[in-house]
Amino acid sequence: MSLYPKDKAIIALADGTVAHGVAIGKKGTTGGELCFNTSMTGYQEIFTDPSYYGQLMMMTYPHIGNYGTMSRDNEARKVMIAGLITRSFSWEYSNPQADGSLQEYLERNEVIGISGVDTRKLVRHIREKGVMNAVISSEELDEDKLVQMAKEWDNMKGLELATKVTRDEPQTAHSDGPFKVAAFDYGIKQNIINNLNERGCTLRIFPARGNFKEELDNWKPDGFFFSNGPGDPDATAKYALEAVNYAKETGKPIFGICLGHQLMALSEGISTKKMFVGHRGANQPVKNLSTGKVEITTQNHGFAVDEDTLDESKVEVTHLNLNDDTIEGLRFKNFPGFSIQYHPEASPGPHDSSYLFDQFLDMIKEVKKELA
Amino acid sequence: MPRRDDIHKILIIGSGPIVIGQACEFDYSGSQACRSLNDDGYETVLINSNPATIMTDPMMADKIYLKPLTIESIKEIVEEEQPDAVLPTMGGQTGLNLTRDLQQENYWSEHGIKIIGVDIAAVDITEDRQQFRDLMEEIDIPQCRSRAAESMLEAKEITEELGGLPIVIRPSFTMGGAGGGIVWSEDEFERKVLRGLEMSPVHRVLIEESIFGWKEYELELLRDDNDNVVIICTVENIDPMGVHTGDSVTVAPSQTLTDKQFQMLRDAAIKMMNSIGTFAGGCNVQFAVEPGSDRFVAIEINPRVSRSSALASKATGYPIAKIATKLAVGYTLDELPNPITGNTSACFEPSIDYVIVKAPRFNFEKFPNVDEELTTQMKAVGEVMSIGRNFPEALNKAWQSLEIGRQGLGADGYDEPDRNQVRERLMKPYWDRMINIRHAFKLGASVEEIADITSVDPWFLQQIRYMVSLENRTEGQTLDNIGKDDFYELKQAGFSDPQIAWMLSQSNGEVTENEVRQKRKELGLKPSFKVVDTCAAEFPAQTPYYYSAYEGENESEVTDKKKVMILGSGPNRIGQGIEFDYSCTHAVKAAQEMGYEAIMVNCNPETVSTDFDIADKLYFEPVFWERVLDIYEHEQPEGVILQVGGQTALKLGKKFVEAGINIFGTPFEMINFAEDRGSFSEFLKELDIPFPSYGTARDVEGAVEIADRIGYPVLIRPSYVLGGQGMRIAVKQDELEYYTENVLKTHPENAFLIDKFLENATELDVDAVYDGDQLHIAGIMQHIEPAGVHSGDSTAVIPTYSVSDEAIQKIKEYQEKIADAMGIVGFLNVQYAVKDNKVYVLEANPRSTRTIPFLAKATGRPEARIAVKVMLGAKLSDFSEKELTSTLDKWAIKEPVFPFDKFPEVKKELGPEMKSTGETIYFMDDFNDEHFKKPFEFKNLYLSK
Repeated sequence: MSLYPKDKAIIALADGTVAHGVAIGKKGTTGGELCFNTSMTGYQEIFTDPSYYGQLMMMTYPHIGNYGTMSRDNEARKVMIAGLITRSFSWEYSNPQADGSLQEYLERNEVIGISGVDTRKLVRHIREKGVMNAVISSEELDEDKLVQMAKEWDNMKGLELATKVTRDEPQTAHSDGPFKVAAFDYGIKQNIINNLNERGCTLRIFPARGNFKEELDNWKPDGFFFSNGPGDPDATAKYALEAVNYAKETGKPIFGICLGHQLMALSEGISTKKMFVGHRGANQPVKNLSTGKVEITTQNHGFAVDEDTLDESKVEVTHLNLNDDTIEGLRFKNFPGFSIQYHPEASPGPHDSSYLFDQFLDMIKEVKKELA
Repeated sequence: MPRRDDIHKILIIGSGPIVIGQACEFDYSGSQACRSLNDDGYETVLINSNPATIMTDPMMADKIYLKPLTIESIKEIVEEEQPDAVLPTMGGQTGLNLTRDLQQENYWSEHGIKIIGVDIAAVDITEDRQQFRDLMEEIDIPQCRSRAAESMLEAKEITEELGGLPIVIRPSFTMGGAGGGIVWSEDEFERKVLRGLEMSPVHRVLIEESIFGWKEYELELLRDDNDNVVIICTVENIDPMGVHTGDSVTVAPSQTLTDKQFQMLRDAAIKMMNSIGTFAGGCNVQFAVEPGSDRFVAIEINPRVSRSSALASKATGYPIAKIATKLAVGYTLDELPNPITGNTSACFEPSIDYVIVKAPRFNFEKFPNVDEELTTQMKAVGEVMSIGRNFPEALNKAWQSLEIGRQGLGADGYDEPDRNQVRERLMKPYWDRMINIRHAFKLGASVEEIADITSVDPWFLQQIRYMVSLENRTEGQTLDNIGKDDFYELKQAGFSDPQIAWMLSQSNGEVTENEVRQKRKELGLKPSFKVVDTCAAEFPAQTPYYYSAYEGENESEVTDKKKVMILGSGPNRIGQGIEFDYSCTHAVKAAQEMGYEAIMVNCNPETVSTDFDIADKLYFEPVFWERVLDIYEHEQPEGVILQVGGQTALKLGKKFVEAGINIFGTPFEMINFAEDRGSFSEFLKELDIPFPSYGTARDVEGAVEIADRIGYPVLIRPSYVLGGQGMRIAVKQDELEYYTENVLKTHPENAFLIDKFLENATELDVDAVYDGDQLHIAGIMQHIEPAGVHSGDSTAVIPTYSVSDEAIQKIKEYQEKIADAMGIVGFLNVQYAVKDNKVYVLEANPRSTRTIPFLAKATGRPEARIAVKVMLGAKLSDFSEKELTSTLDKWAIKEPVFPFDKFPEVKKELGPEMKSTGETIYFMDDFNDEHFKKPFEFKNLYLSK
């Protein structure tokens, strides 16, 4: 007799690697790109981050679920990850402020997962072999069948996912403040909205795809924001560049985060590339090249701006990753805008970069003053 | 910014003798600092009075001064060396206080010496509770309500203001919270306030509202000259507020904070660090968080490396002291690589993919009548750290590491939990809280009940309840029917084979540890070894720092080089401390110089020998038979070295012999035989060497009979004990009866000895190395105190000052005779008593001793390294004459340091049981020196039973 459930589950990777464990969350079968996150706190924020849509999330910290779940930790309306892999799942939790256990939360949100696997081994495997697809199942326990399923799972490259997580209708997030910002939602995190609201921005949030011109011609925003989101930036760019270009033509300040950053770069003819492993965690060091200061950042990206295609007449690199020198921030020369690859809104993660929201507001104020 | 070029020669101040609250973690950080500065081409000058440290070894600094840590010494050194900077942060409170005193005289600035790594003004703010409080208020960091008092009257008024008792007393400027504590009742109020006022050098105490029961956290930070700040590690105390962090069981990373709460603490910590002065280096910040809310208060900030930075370094793999030193000389975090990965930045926050448990080690049994309740004043003498892939594994490993006779957290038949006793014990914080929580679950208590009594966060309780559920399941199983999955789950939860043997013995007859091991292997269950890499495997790591776990993948690749496994000495405690770390570190170096790959095994986070770049491979594991054997079987070394790990390692010798594993050096039978006083005395008789008359007793009547035969006073000595534990002197029969009864209670299985106590004899301690042909005497030390005071507690002088040449000749002769007859290869320590010019042998220890590092420092010879090389096959004739020649021209004194100020309720008395925590070395020119005269004058004063 055991204190906790012990139903079998299997995770199978597309290259044939298989691990056995215990089923957590909802029973069933799921698949997606297997990625890992090294944050030691903030699992609920990670699970609800739309940028993780469709991915199998492996947490490197062994105990997940310790403090349960609570509504204030949601970054979106629903859980975005396609599946969860942990080493030592906490079936019970301790937190008087919580609404319930992570198990209840996963079941309610229909997330399928597995615990009790050597996550460190799988992380090392991905680190060596690169990201790949995988399948988790607690109903089909035939390893070969699962490996075959993983092989056939849709590849992330070329995948357009922003439309799967965006809002259906434009929506307003009010603030008492004086600034109007048009935000394009490719999977915007709640804490980005909060950060802009707190700084006096009323947001008009538009779905990834759809009509916006007429409304914006009338509303006349003071600035534009392009959000984070999942999938291959090239695939999203096919329709999203229209909005980016519209914003650029207004001459108003523009701020992009993550996918938004990549779209802004693409709009200037700079390419993106798929990374071998990607950055996912809350401890990535980024150097601000203009101040020389380092910020510890939350990151979540599998694509990056390709430094080989930079055009210095169009952009200036403002931020670099200290671990691998990848581009983390750009300032645009042909229009008043800047963009950041990582997540200044944190949640989860350090608040070192929240000054970037202030920087955006300063630009808005500057332009408003000039116009006035 | 690259390294500073305006400084060239740096003075480093060490922390002096080991005391409670300031132990060998400062040797660990100081050694890292020395090596780091040497790598960067700075000249280093070091002062420390503690001979047992590695940092005072010739390999560590360019110039080393083994002098008392006083203002005078520092001035003397500065005159001589003319350094242009001083790094005080590696010397704990001692180093800071000295630097502050000299700064107040403007000494540093007058001599053009820059203070690096710390801002003294900032330290003053943090040490002065009121200033600290004002600053926190200014930067909007929440605080406990409190106010400073300088009189009893003021203290009473403030207590009224705060709404009465309980309140907390915190004296200003004392080390390890000395003199502080919680006041629960009126009757202890006056006593504790007065004591705090007295102990504070500025006679000021802070009276503070009690946040007893809140959750406690500690964050370790690094800051550079550009104000870049990173959090290296977050530690959560399982024991909630009210128990000193040094006395708490702690876990890393934090387990029960949401990200929003954690970031709240992180933001506050950075704000606090940036608010106090300008310095580049390490810092730690402590917070209390109210359970069930987002309310928190800042407890304190220490702008320097500390005990917790040593733990954080070992917990994450990130070498805090090394990096802090580089920051102190001007580097910024972004220009330094992470030494663990080699190619990513040092400017990041480690992510770990395992759980760390730190458990403190106490020595209450040595101090009769001591108040065992844990308070805000530290009482632990050492600690262990354990690493597991989950909390239960780490917790069980911690209890296997503590070396208190347990096989893990319970399930070992050690004690029968009694409901009332368990409840009683849980009402207040005691050192054995974790085991009593386990007992409570075993007796059917609920998480809610235990949380209610102890305020321990329910998550930890849930985990222990889970462990107990595994126990209960296993107790109903047998060795034959236990399934592989169940067995695996037990191993993943850290249960040892002997624990499993005990559980399986509950329903169906006795099962032995060996049978469990056998079965485990049949099922294919053996541990894997994982790497501590600072980054949760995100990047490949360069460092060979491992821990065991029951997991899929093994990351420790075995090389084809010849190897030796060296066992460390476990947690520091009285009688076994930093001296063994010194010998371990030298054993590693000796093995490497002899062409071996050196594999170190230990669980003490404060040690230099477990630094990531000392041994070729480090296994951070309990020095516990099962764990050690697993590593042995994995690595297949040529043999093991046990003689540098104190009793901890030696205790395992018998099992190594039974397993047919080679032990380097003196045959283990001989080591064991020296512990058996009966056979050893027979052996001395055969060699015609005198020893005090004795008899072996098993009960009170036997003891009395022997005493009557040999005459009072007598010395009662249990066998196989550490630091003379349980040893007593009896001058008459009723005392003998009383002590004997006590010994029988604590060591019922052992026969014990009744020795004739040689009154007013002179005691001598002799360490030597023997290679089978030749004897090398490391030193003959004469104790100032009479025989009867434990050698570790006595003031020892080398060379001797009042022993006849004739007696010295006899001693040398006996030493060689014993070495030869015992077949010694390596270390041999013999203790002698000289009475009426007759030499008696008291005991022999064929292993590295506490005095080896003292002798090495006194004579300028690497005694431990010489001995270990001999153990590995070198001959004394292989060494150059210079290597074996002493540089001591006058006298060196070893002076013990005692913890009586931490235990005010305990009377100072010295006897055959060791009580000192540390020692200093002092070089003197003649006997008019106070360091000699004073102990000489008082030599008989404290001798007791």
